[in-house]
Amino acid sequence: MEPVATTFFFYLLSGLAILSGVLVITRKNPVHSALALILTLLCLAGLYLMLYAPFVAGVQIILYVGGIMVLFLFVIMLVNLERSQKEKQFNRQWVAGILAAVALGGLLVAIYTKGSALFVRPELLFPEAENTQQVGQMLYGNYMLPFEIASLLLLVAIIGAVVMAKKRI
Amino acid sequence: MRVRKTKSRRTEMTPVTTLHYLVVAAALFVLGVIGVLTRRNVVIVLMSVELILNAVNLNLVAFSRIWGLHGQVFAIFVITDAAAEAAVGLGILIAFFRNKETVNVDEVDLLKW
Repeated sequence: MEPVATTFFFYLLSGLAILSGVLVITRKNPVHSALALILTLLCLAGLYLMLYAPFVAGVQIILYVGGIMVLFLFVIMLVNLERSQKEKQFNRQWVAGILAAVALGGLLVAIYTKGSALFVRPELLFPEAENTQQVGQMLYGNYMLPFEIASLLLLVAIIGAVVMAKKRI
Repeated sequence: MRVRKTKSRRTEMTPVTTLHYLVVAAALFVLGVIGVLTRRNVVIVLMSVELILNAVNLNLVAFSRIWGLHGQVFAIFVITDAAAEAAVGLGILIAFFRNKETVNVDEVDLLKW
């Protein structure tokens, strides 16, 4: 199915994503930051849909918005201090932050203006009806070993998180 | 008059290319870097890391439209890593909070001289 009004939705979603990304790093209250990050993640899921990647979009919503962000909100409620909101929110590294941002941004702009030969190939259109099937075949075919390693990584993360957060082992 | 009309029509019909997505991803990446380097609250630092990972994911998915589905598979792996990182990071955060009664990163300075 051809997407409708691609340009409009692209600018709407990307503008919302960047705006709420700014909110994530400027809000005082971490709960507000988390809510802004959820909005960013949802906008990115919309962008994935526009890029013919419905499976990644679904994984993004279920895993990120439904899993990781709920974890974040729980931890914020565990450690949220009224005191920490009255403290200074930014450390003294803002010069380093601005320098790194300018350097990285300049690097990316340079790459995108000079290396435009990377993007001139005609865009393939993947029929999104077979997208999930193809991703699954790749996960269990080409990427079998990374898939197993990822499952091992998750096991390590589960045990690690329990060990870290437990009072006494 | 006619020239201006066609010109405005052309700018309106500019197709959204891969480069557009890459620019959005670069903006999100830089925002995440600024957040990691300048915020004091650990929770927001971790959220900025998530922002960076999402920018990378957007790049991967945008390139998967040109170079094949490998980018999408890799994006799924990155999401898995993000889940593992969030779990372990928040576990460390809880342990840290229990010891120090604070959530500020610049108060963890035992290794600093």
